[in-house]
Amino acid sequence: MISLYMAGNSWAHKLPARVKLIFLFVLSLLIIPFNTLWFSAALLVFVVALYATLGRQGLEKVKVVRPLLWMMGIIFLVHVFLGDIEQGIIAVLRLLAMVLLANFISITTHMEALMDAVEPLFRPLRVFGISPRRVSLAVALVIRFVPVLLAVYASLQEAYKARTAHANSWRLLAPFALHAIKMTDHVAEALTARGGADGFDRDKK
Amino acid sequence: MSSDRSLVQIAFYAALIAALGLVPKIELGLAGGIPITAQSLGVMLAGMMLGPVRGGLAVALLLFLVALGLPFLAGGRGGIGVFYGATAGYLAGYFVGAIVVGAIMKAMRNMNVVFGAVVSGVIGGIVVVHALGVPVLAYKAGMTMEKAIMVGSLPFLPGDLIKVALAAVVAHTIARGLPSAMLSRN
Repeated sequence: MISLYMAGNSWAHKLPARVKLIFLFVLSLLIIPFNTLWFSAALLVFVVALYATLGRQGLEKVKVVRPLLWMMGIIFLVHVFLGDIEQGIIAVLRLLAMVLLANFISITTHMEALMDAVEPLFRPLRVFGISPRRVSLAVALVIRFVPVLLAVYASLQEAYKARTAHANSWRLLAPFALHAIKMTDHVAEALTARGGADGFDRDKK
Repeated sequence: MSSDRSLVQIAFYAALIAALGLVPKIELGLAGGIPITAQSLGVMLAGMMLGPVRGGLAVALLLFLVALGLPFLAGGRGGIGVFYGATAGYLAGYFVGAIVVGAIMKAMRNMNVVFGAVVSGVIGGIVVVHALGVPVLAYKAGMTMEKAIMVGSLPFLPGDLIKVALAAVVAHTIARGLPSAMLSRN
């Protein structure tokens, strides 16, 4: 599975998803006035300690921030140029802490549990005739489409490489889009043939 | 237009935005060493092809999946964390941007496709995205607006302009080869 979720049975896994989300939201508001170096450092230590309670495997998950590091580096450098190194350290520490804390939820909460937790948010959509069931189907479709699209792109790339010896080009984008759009038409037809997004309505029997 | 088809199309464009963020960088000589991804290209295409409502929904669906923990943003980022990071404003910009792109494309449906794509791409795909992204970056990183523009906007403009051009090429190809897929113009 490509999700960030880490299977486990820790205290954090047992906590209801809704509690974790509300905790994150409240904490993110509470820390705003505390703009000091010590507080930011303590917050980061606290969050990393949370990861540590999940054991060695959990601590390794701290690596998820790696794609963000160049961004953090730039933010820090801008502050250095402005002559305020302390503010730079604070900004980077806070960002790291909040991103890690939020990801802690993603790591310890199964996707389905998260979906259940936010499902009430979709209830107002019923007014527009969109059932939560359609949202679930859309989610499942995206997860299935992404690897398929990557495979379509890879096959176009392979053919292009055989013709031109170049691995990649912007010229592949338009054929990629055409291929992919035709594919969605087939999926839509198949879905309709099987009773549509809402399925055959059982309630009407 | 059946609702099944709309649903599949929304899901499909959400997946396309994700896939464009995951494909290795597309070779763009002009962009130099700047790390550009094709992700915002997908956002523009969603608006251009689907129109404001479905285009916006496609981006919203993608962001929802990201929040659920799927690593669908450029560089394999994902999880609720990205909404607390310095680039969160750009994500909101993607959503509003797709709607604006779709709305402009729809308003210009009787004009030349390439022209419509360039106008909607520049306004919705660049101006709107940066207008929402830069202030959040400035706030989160404790920078002044001027500095945030220097760091978070100017370096990406050349790449973004190239992406508008690419989106226009794709829109042109699809308008000719598969006009029924240009829902914003039907």
